Amino acid sequence: MLSFTIIVILLVMLVALARAFTGPNVFDRVLAANLFGTKTVLLIAAISYLLGSPDYLDIAVIYALINYISVIGVLRVTEIRRERRQAGAE
Amino acid sequence: MRYSLAMAGFLAIFWLANSGHYSGLLLGLGALSVLVVSWISHRMDVVDHESIPLHLLFKLPRYLLWLVGQIFLSNLDLVRRVWRPGTPIDPVVARVPLPQDSDVCRVVYANSINLTPGTLTIDMEQDSLLIHTLSREGMDALQEGEMARRVTALEQ
Amino acid sequence: MSTLWLWASDACLLIGSFLLLTGALGFLRFPDFYARIHACGVTETLATGFVLLGLLLRSDDAMPQVKLVLILLFVLFSSPTASHALAKAAWNAGVRPRDNSGKRRVSLPHTDP
Repeated sequence: MLSFTIIVILLVMLVALARAFTGPNVFDRVLAANLFGTKTVLLIAAISYLLGSPDYLDIAVIYALINYISVIGVLRVTEIRRERRQAGAE
Repeated sequence: MRYSLAMAGFLAIFWLANSGHYSGLLLGLGALSVLVVSWISHRMDVVDHESIPLHLLFKLPRYLLWLVGQIFLSNLDLVRRVWRPGTPIDPVVARVPLPQDSDVCRVVYANSINLTPGTLTIDMEQDSLLIHTLSREGMDALQEGEMARRVTALEQ
Repeated sequence: MSTLWLWASDACLLIGSFLLLTGALGFLRFPDFYARIHACGVTETLATGFVLLGLLLRSDDAMPQVKLVLILLFVLFSSPTASHALAKAAWNAGVRPRDNSGKRRVSLPHTDP
């Protein structure tokens, strides 16, 4: 069952990647990247049980933190651009 | 002071739960990092009843249990919509009143709306939230205001 | 670890996998950006919970269990914030919701510019 779950997670990551390539606008791509990141956390956790080495869970914790910060960072860039454009228009 | 002590306690528990090694050197390093983090956050002046909401600690579990139930129900609804062929969604965008006063409870309310799939907070203003829902029923449930009542009860 | 726990763990992982597939299908199928955020929400709340619960039932040690609970708590705290930030950025950039046929016929609140 563990390997089945890992295959499903990989499938979902593939879907996220497809959406990141085709996504009509930048926000779809960021959403896909966010989905990809959270599924990576699950994948690392599942792999740590498949290989029987609980040390991998630390990496999963760190990855969850990094993923969140990266999404907020990218969105912050788009917000700053919008603010600049508005400031330039006035 | 109370909040700084509580935060140092949480940090110490966090270190102990995460490290798994209880030798003298590592415990000393842990104590050192707890002290440094407490000092830095004291200097940044971020330790107060907003960041360490101690007064919510005893009321929160009951609300969280109810929220988990809501998450189950709304997930079931969304699963049905995804697998049903045809036209499964009918999006609605509307404003919903935001009755809470304290920032913590406003954030708890907005995050609870986001946690239940099918409802999504787009924007937050002084006394209202801009909400996107996948169905008319989801918006009706929010405007009926059960969740808002429960979050407001946390405040008192 | 007894066989009973292993069965419970398998059941949780199976439900979690089904929810993950549901989220992915919704992510592919839904017509507009805001609806896709909802589909992502399924995989991030309940599916993550079930998969991590299934893994948790598999371990007989306290340390991995604490870490799994930490991961779950962190995902549950961060995913609503991330989706709100996404929705707000998209709304401010002028992305508006569409209905099923891809038209912009969703009624918007009148106070909006």
